[in-house]
Amino acid sequence: MKKLVALAMCAALCLGGVMTVSAEENVVKIGVFEPASGDNGAGGKQETLGIQYANSVAPTVEIGGTEYQVVLETVDNESSAEKAPSAAADLVSRGVSVVLGTYGSGAAIAASDTFAQAGVPAIGVTCTNPQVTEGNTHYFRICFLDPFQGTVLANFAKDNFEASKAYVLTKLGDDYSAGLGHYFTEAFEGLGGEVISDTFPEGNADFTSYITTAVNEGVDVIFAPTSTEAAQLIIDTAASQGVSVPLLAGDTWDSNVILNAAEGKDVQVYVTTFYQEGGNEEFDAGIKEWINADSTNLANNGGDDTVAAVTAMGYDAYFTALEALKNAGSTDPAAVNEALWDTTYTGVTGEIAFESENGDAIRDTAYVKVANTETGAWDFVAEQGVN
Amino acid sequence: MDFISKNLPYLLAGISVGGQYALIAIGYTMVYGILRLINFAHGDIFMVAALVTVYATTSMPLYLSIPLTLVVTVALGLLVERAAYKPLRNAPRMSVMISAIGVSYLLQNLALYVTGGLAQTYPAIPFISGTVQIGPATTKMVTLVTPVLTIVLVFALMQLINHTKIGMAMRAAANDFETSRLMGIKVDNVISMTFLIGSFLAAVGSLLYFTNYASVVPTSGAMPGLKAFVAAVFGGIGSIPGAVIGAFIIGICENIIKGLGWTTFSDAFTFALLIVILIVKPTGLFGEGATDKV
Repeated sequence: MKKLVALAMCAALCLGGVMTVSAEENVVKIGVFEPASGDNGAGGKQETLGIQYANSVAPTVEIGGTEYQVVLETVDNESSAEKAPSAAADLVSRGVSVVLGTYGSGAAIAASDTFAQAGVPAIGVTCTNPQVTEGNTHYFRICFLDPFQGTVLANFAKDNFEASKAYVLTKLGDDYSAGLGHYFTEAFEGLGGEVISDTFPEGNADFTSYITTAVNEGVDVIFAPTSTEAAQLIIDTAASQGVSVPLLAGDTWDSNVILNAAEGKDVQVYVTTFYQEGGNEEFDAGIKEWINADSTNLANNGGDDTVAAVTAMGYDAYFTALEALKNAGSTDPAAVNEALWDTTYTGVTGEIAFESENGDAIRDTAYVKVANTETGAWDFVAEQGVN
Repeated sequence: MDFISKNLPYLLAGISVGGQYALIAIGYTMVYGILRLINFAHGDIFMVAALVTVYATTSMPLYLSIPLTLVVTVALGLLVERAAYKPLRNAPRMSVMISAIGVSYLLQNLALYVTGGLAQTYPAIPFISGTVQIGPATTKMVTLVTPVLTIVLVFALMQLINHTKIGMAMRAAANDFETSRLMGIKVDNVISMTFLIGSFLAAVGSLLYFTNYASVVPTSGAMPGLKAFVAAVFGGIGSIPGAVIGAFIIGICENIIKGLGWTTFSDAFTFALLIVILIVKPTGLFGEGATDKV
């Protein structure tokens, strides 16, 4: 009897596998390689929302004179460098022409080889670590890089807070966190400042001791380029210990998770980011309506309709991919890869063009925002470049 | 004075987190004492308790959602025992342990499914979420409440075990399972009671722990669970005072190490301690000298 049940279940599985394959003509597949769970789950979902919204705005594309239906193939890389290659292989086997993502540089670096071997080009949306695109010809990116972002933040700390001592808290084994921390440290020390560095391990929830160390050292700013999950705890701990110095972070913290964590608390949170809500009224209004119309989208956006910068970036990445497909005149990944080098696009987050060595976006300004703890929204502070 | 003002926050954090580990460790140690089973799902029950609070507070006031959390967690603990451990009562001990690991992953993945992988913000509980000034250090009220509440609960538990009928039955079952059954003790009820107490304390522990660290993810229970397990082994698994003392020692040491600037090694310390204890004194600080262990 048990054998029969087992057999029936196997048969059902096989059947399910067969049934999902349905042939349709004139379809171009774009892979969405994003985390939906793990440390970066919240950010990954917001980035995916931008891509999905863009897909709803422009569901078809004309390639070489033929109208193609754009189908998004989504996988969850679980924010993990170990899981990323198999998720990437899954996308490749589904026959995608180009891949968008991922949020979180660690998973992007880990999956890079899989895409390279399959000859599928990838467009990094918000992975800011230089190693993502360095030395390869298939990984592109539309955001700025950590050396730039780290320097911007160091300049901002120096210019606005006259900071001479900074506490840098990064996560062990996280490429994004360690990388950005490193570039900030380098730039800040270059400006004559002093840096105290600490790291915390995966799964750590107790930040009391870290904040205590920062306070004891008498630092002027705390720089914590971490995932939003750790950020919630850091903000909470800083508030409960009455920390008065500003908290600084990179693009990851530009999320309503942070706003909710900071709301009603006595903390100052500054972030650098790609897009400031209000930068493009039409886009803001459109996506808000789209998010509010569907409860799943609303939940994936963290329960409200704040437009995260990563959502805007996801939106732009989708259209950049469409431009590349048009330029390639084919859905062949190799042709798309070739076409990407010369693809340009004017998106809601600004001009997008790729430099000719690594395929990085040419960007020279970042927006600095502060969390308004009363209204629970981001307030624009400044556009900051490198001095 | 300067020395105190700099180091007091580390100590406070250590005592607080130690108390929370203690509440989880009691669950490990009691179940081990009676069933000789390391209940690996215990840390995840702790996590589920937190998620229940998160979801309950969205639809009802706190004075209802907290009791509800306690009830649901206890029910879950009993359910796990009935569904995953009881059918394996006469199976080799290894089977039960693997079943426990299975339950642990089941709970984590259910939580992943329910939360959709997003971190849930734990609600602020009035009074214990408030901040308080102790000398030069500012901290949350929960830091002070935890050790007191832990000691009160442990005292109550010791009274229950040493001075009531069910407590006597527990001691008997822990001492000799088969004989106590022959003597007419309903061993299944005793085991249920053990899981009830363990889950209840885990739920209280989760209230305190997540008030301090207000973010719940499906793997939130894993690390505190592991550390509480180390605490239980350190104190001598099977011994309740041992588990409590072990938990406080681990919590305090961990934070002192962070205070010394060796933040990278704070977790490594806990697990290195486990290895040292297993080599030097396998029965732990207060452990019984039993010969057959897992």
